[in-house]
Amino acid sequence: MTAASAAPVQQGKVTVTDFSLSYDTLEGPVDAVHDASIHVDPGEFISIIGPSGCGKSTLLNAVAGFLKPTRGGVAVDDDPVAGPSADRGMVFQQYSLFPWKTVRENVEFGLKMKGMERSKRETSARTLLGLAGLLAFENQYPDNLSGGMKQRVGIIRALATGPKVLLLDEPFGALDAQTRLIMQQILTNMWQRLKTSVLFVTHDIDEAIFLSDRVYCMTARPGTIKAEVAIPLERPRHQSMMMSSEFLALRRGLMSLIREESLKAIGGEVNDIALQGLDIDLHGRSLADVI
Amino acid sequence: MDGAARKLTQTVAPSPVTGTAPPALASVPQPMPARLTIGLVRRWLALHRGELRALAIGAISLALFLLAWHLLTKYRVTAHVRFVNVPSPEMVLDSLMRVTRDNKFLMHVYLSCRRILIGFAIAATIAVPLGLVMGRFRLVREIVFPVSEVLRPIPAIAWVPMAIMLWPTNEESIIFITFLGSFFPILLNTLHGMTMVDPVLIRAAQCLGAREAAIFREVYFPATLPHVFTGLTVGMGVAWVSLVAAEMISGQFGIGYFTWEAYSLVQYADIALGMICIGVLGLGSSALIRGLGRLAMPWAKK
Repeated sequence: MTAASAAPVQQGKVTVTDFSLSYDTLEGPVDAVHDASIHVDPGEFISIIGPSGCGKSTLLNAVAGFLKPTRGGVAVDDDPVAGPSADRGMVFQQYSLFPWKTVRENVEFGLKMKGMERSKRETSARTLLGLAGLLAFENQYPDNLSGGMKQRVGIIRALATGPKVLLLDEPFGALDAQTRLIMQQILTNMWQRLKTSVLFVTHDIDEAIFLSDRVYCMTARPGTIKAEVAIPLERPRHQSMMMSSEFLALRRGLMSLIREESLKAIGGEVNDIALQGLDIDLHGRSLADVI
Repeated sequence: MDGAARKLTQTVAPSPVTGTAPPALASVPQPMPARLTIGLVRRWLALHRGELRALAIGAISLALFLLAWHLLTKYRVTAHVRFVNVPSPEMVLDSLMRVTRDNKFLMHVYLSCRRILIGFAIAATIAVPLGLVMGRFRLVREIVFPVSEVLRPIPAIAWVPMAIMLWPTNEESIIFITFLGSFFPILLNTLHGMTMVDPVLIRAAQCLGAREAAIFREVYFPATLPHVFTGLTVGMGVAWVSLVAAEMISGQFGIGYFTWEAYSLVQYADIALGMICIGVLGLGSSALIRGLGRLAMPWAKK
């Protein structure tokens, strides 16, 4: 960690090439994700957005090493991914802290697995907890924390081992709108300090734009990469930027991409033209989620 | 008693610290500490209202039970159910006073407790690891589960003749019955706990570099612990049921034997005494396990 902040990182390159994942049904194999290719350059913050069930989480789980691609390859720093490892830290949507470990013990877990001695890992964990403003809660059990705190612990636990890539699967999906904004700011600040590569999955368009250097937009089943959008907003970023014309233009663009896919995802049941007559504000969420 | 409520009062009212302080602060006028103490007591009462209420109602209910028992036996009520020969609470109390002075009764109690301890300890030592391994490895589960499902519904008491044949001494067969009674609840609850482990925690551990042994030790085991303790509590209850049945049939000592012998010897007060004694011991051993559970799982909310 200290080494990472001292020198610019030259690791953490993620390459997903022609990735397909299919599952077997009675009618034969069905592709959940089809020929998806993405890449994350070292230190980059990349988001994947798309309607529910488009396979964005599948893609992330494959990078984590939980799923094997049916075709194509996943590599981190040109090493093919063989299974989960501490190279790729992950934050899940469901709070995944160990309830039987205190906040500090949770953060220490990865270091303990690395075989680091107790006093050393205690110091590291405390440094990170201080960074996240959670030092006062180090001896609490996770059940005593709010959702936002739990997710902050989840993030620093994933960062504690100094992973090459941080993978986040809709980490703020269960939080209320205000907490979510604060968490986005905290994540940006941490990322700017640590410069770890980040692959972030969300269905919140505003969140994707605010956080990312680039955004991949996925189609509905089978999931494919529909578009890759660069986010040229300058850093450091602040919540106030979300009202800028530049931000809103990006938002409009991504919104129409997603909208098309969401309508496809929910099938022919809802007529796009009928919806145009209504003035529905989806708050950046896909129609499939709203319904 | 829960931590959140206690924490809340500490932040809302900082006075408990000053309230309990000795009157060493001479400059403070005398009535102040007293008033603070009254306030403290009042706050404590308000906080623990639910528990005090339960305690009071529990005491009243027990008293009513004793009163009903007393009246039913005093007037020798006979309404199809006959209380003619049923000992009154006073007689049982007399019996208790007499019996505690003689070593024989204490010997019965001691032997029963020893049998429970040995039988239950063996059951826990085998059933908990077996349940954990069965939960983790499908092959082991597929092999052991059918056998355990066939044996499980057989009540421990039905094992008595078989146990007498199997084991060379009476003592061993009684312990075996006790073991059998507690074994299956512990095994099944442990196994159930293993299937309830949140897969996301396993994946989180893998992402943090944990390997098989570490995942077992750091995730599966603590995640299953609440269910293990449920199994131990249930198993302890069944152990007493089985023990008493076995002692009544094949024993020469033990509290179950004491109760049965009292019936044969027409010492009716001792029957009730034996029953109450079994109840109290069962209650005590369950409470002991709950206490151990609380020590082993400081993270669990009460």
